[in-house]
Amino acid sequence: MSEASAVKPSLLELALTFNHISLASFGGGLSAWSREVVVEEKKWMSEEEFLSILTMCRILPGANQVNVAIFVGAKFLGIPGAVAAVFGLTFLPAVLILLLGAAYFQYSHVPALQNALKGAAAGAIALTLSMVVKTGRKCLLSSIPWILFAATFFLNGILRWPLFGVLALTAPFALIWAWPKSKAK
Amino acid sequence: MKDEGLNLIHVLILFSSLSLLSIGGGNTVIPEMHRKAVDSYSWMSGNQFADLFAISQAAPGPSILLVTLIGYKAAGITGAILATVAMILPAGTLVYLVSRFWIRSADSPLHFAIERGFAPLTVGLMLTSGWVMSKAADHDWRAWLLTGACTLLCTITKTNPILIVGGAALIGWLGWV
Repeated sequence: MSEASAVKPSLLELALTFNHISLASFGGGLSAWSREVVVEEKKWMSEEEFLSILTMCRILPGANQVNVAIFVGAKFLGIPGAVAAVFGLTFLPAVLILLLGAAYFQYSHVPALQNALKGAAAGAIALTLSMVVKTGRKCLLSSIPWILFAATFFLNGILRWPLFGVLALTAPFALIWAWPKSKAK
Repeated sequence: MKDEGLNLIHVLILFSSLSLLSIGGGNTVIPEMHRKAVDSYSWMSGNQFADLFAISQAAPGPSILLVTLIGYKAAGITGAILATVAMILPAGTLVYLVSRFWIRSADSPLHFAIERGFAPLTVGLMLTSGWVMSKAADHDWRAWLLTGACTLLCTITKTNPILIVGGAALIGWLGWV
């Protein structure tokens, strides 16, 4: 399913792209930003490939978005690719957060950005919801995926079950439903 | 400083072990970070920890950069770098190995089933993210109106998301939400 990958990016392009994703995520919504760039803008992965990787990256230990960067970087350029993507994702934000942290310990409050952050959070939530609509239109095409989607949201979002409990229940059904029916696929 | 050297060792041990334990994402080990940084090592007060957590959530980039801030408070810039690398490297190595396996298994039925079957689950988890984020941000009706308008703009038009989030930040900055 990797036919979506158009041109192999260079190390520099991987680092710059993940740096761009990372810096754009002011106020949150990092997953939606990576999808926007990796799937729609760069066409490095197909919609389904990206979505499945996103859930695998949630199950595996480590920060979800760092894991996504490793998957994308390693897909194209192996270990150097993974390192470049993670470096791009974390370096400037780490410098930035250190400046914020130093300011915080100096003046014991965060520089007054509360209102702007509140607005940005509203925008980031919108980005996430819009990702739900856009991806939902592509993969919720019959009743079974709709039920899987609704059950996952209900258990995880409304009942606040931990991720593992939710997936232990829904993932087996999802795999049985999605298992290729015949040898020729 | 002798203290700083000891702190560096504690930083290294703490975050490299939490790295592999952070199954389900960095947020799952935050209670343990809190316990160690505040109670065991007294690197900071509980209030400071809560404020650093807020900074790491709002600042751009992965929220796991909370460990960068904890490392910085414990042992300066060296501590910040060490904490970040220690938190990323062990889990990152494992994820890399899984990604190799994933690419090599491209033609297997399991790969196919995961790719097709996990998509609806991921959409459900994303909806949860949006839902939980809006609760954490304490959304009132004005914030929901802004979120709704931005969602519509983002879904049915090709507007650059930077403009949308930037515009929303500006509206917030003007005190309208």
